[in-house]
Amino acid sequence: MQVKVLSAKFDIPDANTLEVAKKHGAYATLDKIFAMQPEEVTEIVKESGLRGRGGAGFPTGLKWTFLPKDTDKPVYLAVNSDESEPATFKDRYILVRDPHLLIEGIIICCYAIRSHAAYIYIRGEYTSQVKVLQAAIDEAYAAGYLGESVAGFDFQLDVTVHRGAGAYICGEETALLESVEGKKGQPRSKPPFPAVEGLYGCPTIINNVQSISSLPFILANGAAAYKAYGTEKSAGTHLFGISGLVKKPGMYELPFGLPILDVLEQVAGGLRDNRTLKGIIPGGSSTPVLTAEEAKTVTLDYESMAAHGTMFGSGGIVVLDDTVDIVKLVENLIHFYHHESCGQCTPCREGLGWMLKIVQKILNYEGTMADIDLLLELCDNIEMKTVCVLSAACTMSTRSYLNKFRSEFEAYIAHSASKHATM
Amino acid sequence: MSDRSQLIETGQPFNFDAQRDAEFERLIKRYPSRESMILPALWLVQEQEGWISAEAMAYVADRIGTFASKVYEVATFYTMYHLQPKGKYHICVCRTLSCYLLGKQEIVDYIIEHLDVRPGEVRADGLYSFEEVECLGHCGSAPVVQINGEFYENMTVEKLEELLATLQ
Repeated sequence: MQVKVLSAKFDIPDANTLEVAKKHGAYATLDKIFAMQPEEVTEIVKESGLRGRGGAGFPTGLKWTFLPKDTDKPVYLAVNSDESEPATFKDRYILVRDPHLLIEGIIICCYAIRSHAAYIYIRGEYTSQVKVLQAAIDEAYAAGYLGESVAGFDFQLDVTVHRGAGAYICGEETALLESVEGKKGQPRSKPPFPAVEGLYGCPTIINNVQSISSLPFILANGAAAYKAYGTEKSAGTHLFGISGLVKKPGMYELPFGLPILDVLEQVAGGLRDNRTLKGIIPGGSSTPVLTAEEAKTVTLDYESMAAHGTMFGSGGIVVLDDTVDIVKLVENLIHFYHHESCGQCTPCREGLGWMLKIVQKILNYEGTMADIDLLLELCDNIEMKTVCVLSAACTMSTRSYLNKFRSEFEAYIAHSASKHATM
Repeated sequence: MSDRSQLIETGQPFNFDAQRDAEFERLIKRYPSRESMILPALWLVQEQEGWISAEAMAYVADRIGTFASKVYEVATFYTMYHLQPKGKYHICVCRTLSCYLLGKQEIVDYIIEHLDVRPGEVRADGLYSFEEVECLGHCGSAPVVQINGEFYENMTVEKLEELLATLQ
């Protein structure tokens, strides 16, 4: 099932160094792309069907075409390497095992969008990863792949690593820009969209590490070779992070479109201790949970996830077995989102705090049946009433647990009722 | 959002050492706006001192040519900036989803009970400080502990005990 498109060099010792990476084909696309017009590069990316791998799944090449034509302002590329969504840990494999793949992708993208400055926004927690990435960038500069004339061509490009400092919200594209500009990571209202008014008020493209790192394969082998993987609307491959209660958690590169239960069994080794499947979080903690029954018909692609009322998200799959207490799990998740709220919008700052208090009240055997409806009402009142979707990430997932595993909340409440009756 | 409003004055002036000074000058050329240096400069302070004092924030503001309030705003917003001294070994235990599912609580309980340090605190002898943090991005090798920036994956109480013995 596994394929090696993005991960081709992951198992090669020292592939993070320029010498080894070059032996295995790094920077081989540069002669080809600099012989093309930037628009031709964009066209190939559009044809490949590559969609943004950060979570939203927006077509990458199409995004690039939103840049204003003939602008006299500089154009920037921001590479989103924040990956702070719980269950998401795919990009760091690229950062550590094949950073030159990312740098080559940045060169391709910057040439296509006519940008001469790229910022890699890496989450602050990635302390060891940032050292490997910076070392690769330093090597690329020393070898002339970055700087005044990239690989000897008439194209100047600077790549700068900008470290975050522990704020999940900075994965939101406009919060990321604020953070690069030296501010608190508070999202901006859209429009204007970053492609028109992004970093320093200039046109800016923001792409995920995995999206950018897919470009060398696409440019080297052509759009058709990439489209040969995956499904019609979900082309190519994806780095799936599988975690939770499986025998072999880890990061696996797979083509889109495989049945999720086959992957769980054949790639991740099935459930630990041969327990029973209870549910699957398909694409990071914010994506609505799938019940074991629903999972039977789900395939790993954007279309199937949408048809099942959830989202592909980051492809970070969490497997839950029958030992998992859903109410405690929901408390853990709401704690995360409440903690990570930037505080800008009242419904998010205050609302998620109230949701947390109510779930904790239920866990403390002090809840009433009305609390379940109150939680659902809060979800409705918070969702889409904020500048960004952080609070929606919390409410969408919480609602799915309340609706699909309501009996577990009711069991806590029934227990509290009996406890209070005997007091 | 956590309360991170406390600022500590050391009574001593702050300056970058030669290495950080050179790194500051290298980086500032990469940004079209000097204020973009606020986060990188705070990282340089923290690398040098282990934490960020009120004087260091004022120095950063002065060096960049911005208001001290803007530096304070950033330093207090981002949870990885330490606004007080930490222990010799700063232990971060990931408390989020996959680490939660795979037993982070046993590790947390062990640290509180056997290392005698509670979340958010520094032990009296200064050897350990401890924080429960949100997702560390190592879900596939959960539970994960980060000590002074190094990751320790598939952590158990036994493995932590062995590790701490080697650190002292």
